Amino acid sequence: MEEPRIDVGYVAKLSRLEISEEQKPKLQKDLESIVGYIAALSELDLTGVEPTAHATALSNVWREDTPEVSNTREQMLGNAPALIDEELIKIPKVLPGEGSN
Amino acid sequence: MAMPELKNRPIHAIAQDLAAKSYTVGELVAEYINRIDQNDGVVKAFLKLDKERVMRNAEESDRRRATGNPLSFYDGIPIGVKDCIVTAGESCSCASKILEPVISPYDATVIAKLKSQGFIPFGRLNMDEFAMGSSCENSAFQKTTNPHDPQRVPGGSSGGSAACVGAGFAAGALGSDTGGSIRQPAAFCGIVGVKPTYGRVSRNGLVAFASSLDQIGPMTSDVEDAAILLDTIAGHDPLDSTSLPNQTTNFAEAVRNAPKSFKGVKIGLPKEYFTDGGLSSGVEKVLQRSIDKAKSLGAEIVEVSLPHTKYAVAVYYIIATAEASANLARFDGIRYGKRVNGKDLVDTYFQSRGEGFGDEVKRRILLGTYVLSSGYYDAYYLRAQKVRTLIRRDFEEAFKQCDVLLTPVTPTVAFKFGEKSDPLQMYLSDIFTIALNLSGNCGISIPAGIDSKSKMPVGLQLLAPAMAETKLLSFAQTLQQ
Repeated sequence: MEEPRIDVGYVAKLSRLEISEEQKPKLQKDLESIVGYIAALSELDLTGVEPTAHATALSNVWREDTPEVSNTREQMLGNAPALIDEELIKIPKVLPGEGSN
Repeated sequence: MAMPELKNRPIHAIAQDLAAKSYTVGELVAEYINRIDQNDGVVKAFLKLDKERVMRNAEESDRRRATGNPLSFYDGIPIGVKDCIVTAGESCSCASKILEPVISPYDATVIAKLKSQGFIPFGRLNMDEFAMGSSCENSAFQKTTNPHDPQRVPGGSSGGSAACVGAGFAAGALGSDTGGSIRQPAAFCGIVGVKPTYGRVSRNGLVAFASSLDQIGPMTSDVEDAAILLDTIAGHDPLDSTSLPNQTTNFAEAVRNAPKSFKGVKIGLPKEYFTDGGLSSGVEKVLQRSIDKAKSLGAEIVEVSLPHTKYAVAVYYIIATAEASANLARFDGIRYGKRVNGKDLVDTYFQSRGEGFGDEVKRRILLGTYVLSSGYYDAYYLRAQKVRTLIRRDFEEAFKQCDVLLTPVTPTVAFKFGEKSDPLQMYLSDIFTIALNLSGNCGISIPAGIDSKSKMPVGLQLLAPAMAETKLLSFAQTLQQ
């Protein structure tokens, strides 16, 4: 079995995770060891086997389209790190250029 | 009567004490707080406990009881809550820095159900961060210790819940089980833990780790208590689309009427669980005594095979991490939780997640992202889902030959802190619990005895088909009597 090589920096970028240069070698080693282990699944012949995504057979569960009382706006905004006028979530700038948050 | 020793005092006995007015709910809750004040400095099961609030809840319960209007026979009994199940007005950090600032705006369905029967949600119990771990060592805040030996881990991820019940800090607790996170710590701490059938208990208000595997379940000092709590929290919930409809639950009644013998019952021993997986001789010895007991109670013991057992850990760590990487994408520092301001929006995601998540969570997000990434999806994720089908079929075949399976819960007794520093070695210790989550069936861990060498508790596991909790719990009761 070929040793797996994982580009930790690339996967971290996909995951939106800041990883320091010091952390990378250890993470790389851990991940390659785990992926080496899970690669054992390649020895099974899975021809004709259907995948299982879920343990129950339920699908397309809908509720009645009727209005219901739900959590209030104040409750749901109460945990936001920063608000504008107590009703909008304040975020850092999205596009590069002039101006601040 | 004076306040009895609360350690190992079951819910059903406390309920009778309260009905007999042996003590008030206020006295009961004050005694639990007293025990916590004295001992939780070592055990470290609680991340938080709002003492004023629970005392207020106790007074309300006493008033209801005094006017003859208790919400149920169990009104006023405190139940500890794992820190990944939301309780309105309380924190819910999942033992992670990224959720440390959050106050839950609503009650999880299981909490609402507990409250409707008068149970008091009692504090926030420690866990491995986002339920990722088998020892509670991955909590961002504290290391819970085993109530039987402070040098040893309580297990995980519901280690705080198991230690809370084992130490007598609450009458019972709720945990969650994605790959053994209720059953393994229950075994390590010498208590009972149930992983219900997938869909039996609503996941609304449980912070998602791996959505196709997660289930909330009871952790208690005996089987009857587990049945009482499962009766309370189970049932269809329109707020969880994976919740199973048309459930009837009367587990406590079934346990009280459990058969005195195993006459006509076939108990299967999956041979792979006794030969592969590194079962220690100490655990095996205790299990053998339970098997002998089952035999002497009239059970027919049959050997069965779960041939794909050796692939279960690999399948689990692909599926669970893939689902986790998607579920944890929502923690980005924008709408709630910890935000670390970066130079722009995307940098804020990177910084918030980089500082907010601990090492094990990062490892699993990376692994999950990797197995889902372009070029690897078919080789890992799709393949794992196919092997999951084979694992499910293994159980279906086995249950044709027996009523329940009897297996070890863990290869060894509770290990010492730092003993399993390699992540893969830690994952491999889950070998006997994870296949159950992949299959969706139900299982229970009950105390089987004490390992003669370490003097630590050993658990045994009974596994039953989906929706067969009545059988599972009553057989567990028969074995424990």
